Amino acid sequence: MSKAAYKDHLGRPLVAVTGMGVVSSLGQGVTDNWAALTSGKSGIHPITRFPSEGLSTRICGTVDFIDIPAPNAVERSFAFARETTIEALAQAGISGDFGGPLFLAAPPIEPEWNDRFNLGDRVKPEQVTGNAYEQFLAVLREKADPTYHEAILFGSISERLADSFGTRGLPVTLSTACASGATAIQLGVEAIRQGRTDRALSVATDGSVSAESLIRFSLLSALSTNNDPPEKASRPFTKDRDGFVIAEGSATLVLESLEAAISRGARVLGIISGCGEKADDFHRTRSSPSGAPAIATIRAALEDAGLSADQIGYINAHGTSTPENDKMEYLSLSTVFGERMPEVPVSSNKSMIGHTLTAAGAVEAVFSLLTISTGTLPPTINYDNPDPSIPLDVVPNVKRDATVTSVLSNSFGFGGQNACLVMSAEPA
Amino acid sequence: MTDTRHQVVVTGIGLVTSLGVGRQAHREQLMTGGTPQKVTDSERFAPYTVYPLPEIDWSTQIPRRGDQRQMENWQRLGVYAAGLALDDAGLKEDAEACASMDMIVSAGGGERDIAVDSLIVEESRKRNDREQLLNEKLTTELRPTLFLAQLSNLLAGNISIVHKVTGSSRTLMGEEGAGISAIETGHARIAAGQSTHCLVGGAFVSERLDMLMVMEAVQGLGKDPEAAFWNSDGTANGMNLGTAGAFLVLESLEHAQARGAHIYARLDAVLGDRGSREGERMEQRLAGLADETGASDDGDTVVFSGASGYPDLSARERAFLKSRFPSAPVRTVGALFGHSIEAHFPTAVALACMALDDDAPISPFAAGEDAPASTAANAAIVTSVGHFRGEGIARLTRMS
Repeated sequence: MSKAAYKDHLGRPLVAVTGMGVVSSLGQGVTDNWAALTSGKSGIHPITRFPSEGLSTRICGTVDFIDIPAPNAVERSFAFARETTIEALAQAGISGDFGGPLFLAAPPIEPEWNDRFNLGDRVKPEQVTGNAYEQFLAVLREKADPTYHEAILFGSISERLADSFGTRGLPVTLSTACASGATAIQLGVEAIRQGRTDRALSVATDGSVSAESLIRFSLLSALSTNNDPPEKASRPFTKDRDGFVIAEGSATLVLESLEAAISRGARVLGIISGCGEKADDFHRTRSSPSGAPAIATIRAALEDAGLSADQIGYINAHGTSTPENDKMEYLSLSTVFGERMPEVPVSSNKSMIGHTLTAAGAVEAVFSLLTISTGTLPPTINYDNPDPSIPLDVVPNVKRDATVTSVLSNSFGFGGQNACLVMSAEPA
Repeated sequence: MTDTRHQVVVTGIGLVTSLGVGRQAHREQLMTGGTPQKVTDSERFAPYTVYPLPEIDWSTQIPRRGDQRQMENWQRLGVYAAGLALDDAGLKEDAEACASMDMIVSAGGGERDIAVDSLIVEESRKRNDREQLLNEKLTTELRPTLFLAQLSNLLAGNISIVHKVTGSSRTLMGEEGAGISAIETGHARIAAGQSTHCLVGGAFVSERLDMLMVMEAVQGLGKDPEAAFWNSDGTANGMNLGTAGAFLVLESLEHAQARGAHIYARLDAVLGDRGSREGERMEQRLAGLADETGASDDGDTVVFSGASGYPDLSARERAFLKSRFPSAPVRTVGALFGHSIEAHFPTAVALACMALDDDAPISPFAAGEDAPASTAANAAIVTSVGHFRGEGIARLTRMS
């Protein structure tokens, strides 16, 4: 291959994906997840982690099959990320120290209620004065609790990943809400394009489902209350969609400059050809009614990839199944894709795995790359009552074969976060 | 760092600390030859000492009441300081510049509802079905909007809403390291031509029981209000949290010059690292960071140390600085401003920029310990040794 073949349309190093790992409510590992996803299986189930009687939402897509030493969001998020990273590095054929930077999308952690109750139990009768935190402080002054400290620091997940996998430098832990996974990939791509590194590890994990996190989203009316049956709750782009299903998962992508990947004989799984972002200043939870920021984000990703909308063969939608997101996403997509919109298949993985929040952008990037490499479009399940105002080809209910060379993947989040990725097949 | 295609300069400073509001308030206390007096509160959270929020009129940077109500003080402080930085850079009213401006925020989490948490803990003492109790109370007592005031990325989200900074929005987390990474990332993107102008910074509020609890879980907080930051044996006296909001506008030199912006300083290099602190490992890493950032005490260099106040850790940092930069006076940021976790590194970089923009030397921060400087600084080194993990160094140079 000539040197030029390793550069993109702007003369920057092309960024290849050489390893992937994924965990979702559908299972562990790329193979099992892809098999379940393409057969239209749902991972959504009743909540068992905590009692849900009396709650308006009693379903979720939690990951409950990976052992953790203590039931908290840090341990869970770390364990998921560790598993997907082991898988991704094995696929990339990288052993020993990784030797490149780590970009980790991790959930903003709140202390677990069990820990608060335990602290409360340690309060002696004479210490029961003032509010709970004054009492906790009295307890902690007498006896430190380093385990608790580590369980509530935002830096503790990346710390352990860095130690486990020998990444280089100070890891970046980030949150751009539901766009976090895409941002972790974008940071890795940028680092390689900057020439700072030949490889980067992008990881996005979320094991933060708890009673409090569920109730907080519930209070914002963001969650589906279609509890029965659980697997039918997430129904993106339908007329009766009523919210997203809270879920967990993780994904790891090994990113390398194409040149470095080829020169070490690595198998190239795909190219991250473009990243786009644009913040929305309209509202804390709602998108601009015009869709302008999402439109700008999609266009920025296409421009970064040097592609026109005509060259996109499939769209991996954000598709949360909330009334607002799906409407706004259609508005943005149809604005960018114009007359060609009806011909471009658009499906939502969230119809099956729910919304993996912090992890979503990376989990869905893995599935986007698999779409390219396998020639299979995963379906949007539960598409029984189409919303006539969203006339999309959502790959309804059943997978479809299609040759796709470039995919657009959307991620939009609270706080005006918008990030889009364009992924492509390895250049011939 | 191999990438030197674009020089990165600082053109806007937004700083709020216990010492006051805005760059000018800090200049008057630090750059006029006097002895700055720290402002602390040892009563409200006794036995802890905090460096409190100064008197501040939120409406000067957050004009809409509705916006103020959607936030608690952590987000308000960050949005306020970001507004100051935009004003200072002359970009506040430049809608086009803000709409294309990148943003990187170093963030922790927002305030918890202490009353609701206390109510639940209180009730839990009387009941065995604690999980059921939790569901009942959270469903009925939590304010829906509080979630948004707590979410880490909503500081950035509020900056977009209030100041219309919408080029991009990224929130980095992870205590002190978040502040290092935020500036490192902003610098790297501009140096490589991926960005032309970027708002970067963070905020931290010390007057929070929930935050004191996090730090006291490892008994890290100083409890003697009379104690100086440094002991005579070179150790420190424990961490005292400090409220700070610190934002910078970073630009490529070309972008700044093209619009005739005032340049405070050039940000030459920023790097972070982490790892074991056993033996000499931390000192070796700091030496590596100094090598890679080109930090040296040649000429009139001043060092801004982000020492947390942890007794032994800070002693090690101090010894390293003394051996590596023997002729450079040190300014102990934590002694005058307290430790502001995610905002600590941005605060120190903001102070360094002010020193490099002034004709006068910067006053010592830790009286009797920080060496006086006889001349204005021409170069600055900013260090961070996180209270638990992560180290970073930035190097800056005078431009005017």
